[in-house]
Amino acid sequence: MSDRILGGMGLLLAAFFIWQATLIKESFISDPVGPKTFPIIIGLLVGISSLVILLKPDEEPEWPDFRRLFEVGMTVAVMVAYAYALPSAGFVVSTAVAASFLSWRLGTPPLQAVIAGLVIAVGIYVVFHLILGLSLARGPWGF
Amino acid sequence: MDTLYALAHGFSIALTFQNLGLALIGCFLGTIIGALPGLGPSNGVAILIPLAFTLGLPAAPALILLTSVYYGAMYGGRISSILLNIPGDEPALMTTLDGYPMAKKGMAGEALALSGIASFVGAFFATWGLVFLAPQLVKVALLFGPAEYFALFALAFATLGGIASKNQAKAALAAGLGLGIAMIGVDGQTGVPRFSFGEVHLYDGIDFLVAIVGLFALSEVFIFLEHRGTTKATGDASSVKLGRLTPPLSMLKQTTPTMARSTVLGFIAGVLPGAGASLGSFIAYSVEKRLVDKNKTFGTGDPRGVAAPEAGNNAAAGGALVPMLALGVPGSGTTAVLLAMLLALNITPGPLLFTNNPDVVWGLIAALFIGNVMLLIMNIPMVSLFVRVLLVPPRYLMPAVAMISFVGIYGISGSTFDLMVMVFFGVLGWLLRKLEVPLVPVILGVLLGNQMEANMRRAMTISDGDWSALFASPLSIGLWLFAFFGFIMPIVAGRFFRTKYPRTDSELDPD
Repeated sequence: MSDRILGGMGLLLAAFFIWQATLIKESFISDPVGPKTFPIIIGLLVGISSLVILLKPDEEPEWPDFRRLFEVGMTVAVMVAYAYALPSAGFVVSTAVAASFLSWRLGTPPLQAVIAGLVIAVGIYVVFHLILGLSLARGPWGF
Repeated sequence: MDTLYALAHGFSIALTFQNLGLALIGCFLGTIIGALPGLGPSNGVAILIPLAFTLGLPAAPALILLTSVYYGAMYGGRISSILLNIPGDEPALMTTLDGYPMAKKGMAGEALALSGIASFVGAFFATWGLVFLAPQLVKVALLFGPAEYFALFALAFATLGGIASKNQAKAALAAGLGLGIAMIGVDGQTGVPRFSFGEVHLYDGIDFLVAIVGLFALSEVFIFLEHRGTTKATGDASSVKLGRLTPPLSMLKQTTPTMARSTVLGFIAGVLPGAGASLGSFIAYSVEKRLVDKNKTFGTGDPRGVAAPEAGNNAAAGGALVPMLALGVPGSGTTAVLLAMLLALNITPGPLLFTNNPDVVWGLIAALFIGNVMLLIMNIPMVSLFVRVLLVPPRYLMPAVAMISFVGIYGISGSTFDLMVMVFFGVLGWLLRKLEVPLVPVILGVLLGNQMEANMRRAMTISDGDWSALFASPLSIGLWLFAFFGFIMPIVAGRFFRTKYPRTDSELDPD
């Protein structure tokens, strides 16, 4: 079933891609092929291979149960939040929070996870910023 | 003779303090990356690229650092294979078959030392192969026009899909996805934006580094999250006794022919586009098993079963650099990532690399020789150091990996948008891996898409729109035929071959 969904999604994607390719505005100077043709070929490739997957699916992969899926979803949410928090909260604080969360979800007891998060954040800050001179996100406190 | 002269010049570049230091750091990090389950050569190198890039390293030192990591990972993978029965990375999978039984018999030290020597032999001779084969390939590549290049790219995708993956349709889908992603942004020839939906951030296209780190490194974090608490990927190395760290002379004697054969096979597997180190070690092990396994000792701790895959995968790692440097077409996941590094530094690999940037190429090759010696020293007398690293549990390791990935990408652009794109690719990579869609064609598509299109359109401009120009020269016809059979043959003949490929939970991407 998963492969049939993949094939279906691939077909939709291919159709959307080809449709978008036909909408590309041509410039007044152009080479004989133009900017549309290659994307359309790619769209056809995606479409055909999706069709094959749809008609000849492999055996079903092992999906995690709902709780695990929810955890993956939560982690994605934390990562997105992290990306937004970086410029405003600064590197060390946001990284410590995000790394603690990840470590906790991977099975570390809460208190140790917080310590692990702090160690990771400060460790990266020391190695990459103080030693190697990489510019990291600056928050209101400068770190 | 020219080649040896160039190589000598390479040594003069590699033997600076900075480059030696970088090679040492690279070898050390590489061994750790290879040894830790969950970090392999492709995602290890992927994480380090943005860092090398933001640190402002010039091309030769950056490449020396990263290829040292690449070679080092090929060494390191065996450590956890032998001690824990968990392959440290994909190419080390075959080493578990005889390495772990050897360790259980109390011969862990011998197994580690022997596999270290086998790794050295494989890598050493493969680097010589690189020295002599790459310039020859360059001579051929200089005859290539745009039509031939287009065919060559098609060949790379076809063999990657044909040889290395289980389902051709999925490999084709993966290639299409990658190529499609490459199309996003302003068209290089006419200047019109494509697939950017009016979003300014997309005018530049998707940065391939962002895509690579997301697909390879972040998706690994999700995989671990999913398998948390299961027995997979946890082990206890503390109970293992290493024993003596020198293999008896008789064992070396017994395994010498095995190493020689495996090195040759691995190197060939590496040079072929689409077959990386994983396939190199697999072929080396299975051929050796057929040839010398008379008393059915393979799989029960036969030293030859340890030497074969290790010589094979290290030789393949060297071999895979040949098409990457000489043609600009990587044959495996990790060399694709190395190609990304070169592109990010505005260096176009391919035949002109050898004439325009001889310092980079020969400095790199010389550094590989030096790094290989460093790795031998690190991996035999100092191996117990790396064994201790294996005790770091993934629940501390993976958050650090994720955070370092973010640091690298943020360091390049400082934009939240790129981080979001990376998270998107992380999720995409996880889904594709679950569905057994290989990731390497996606990366290859993202990397090569624009060049592939540019070459096609250049060929069309030369022929004034006549499509038959793509199949006009004998060279391009040959490449197309090779591509066609590379893709079709495994469907017809490969059934029996592929069913024997060991099935794992992780993807079968050639590292």
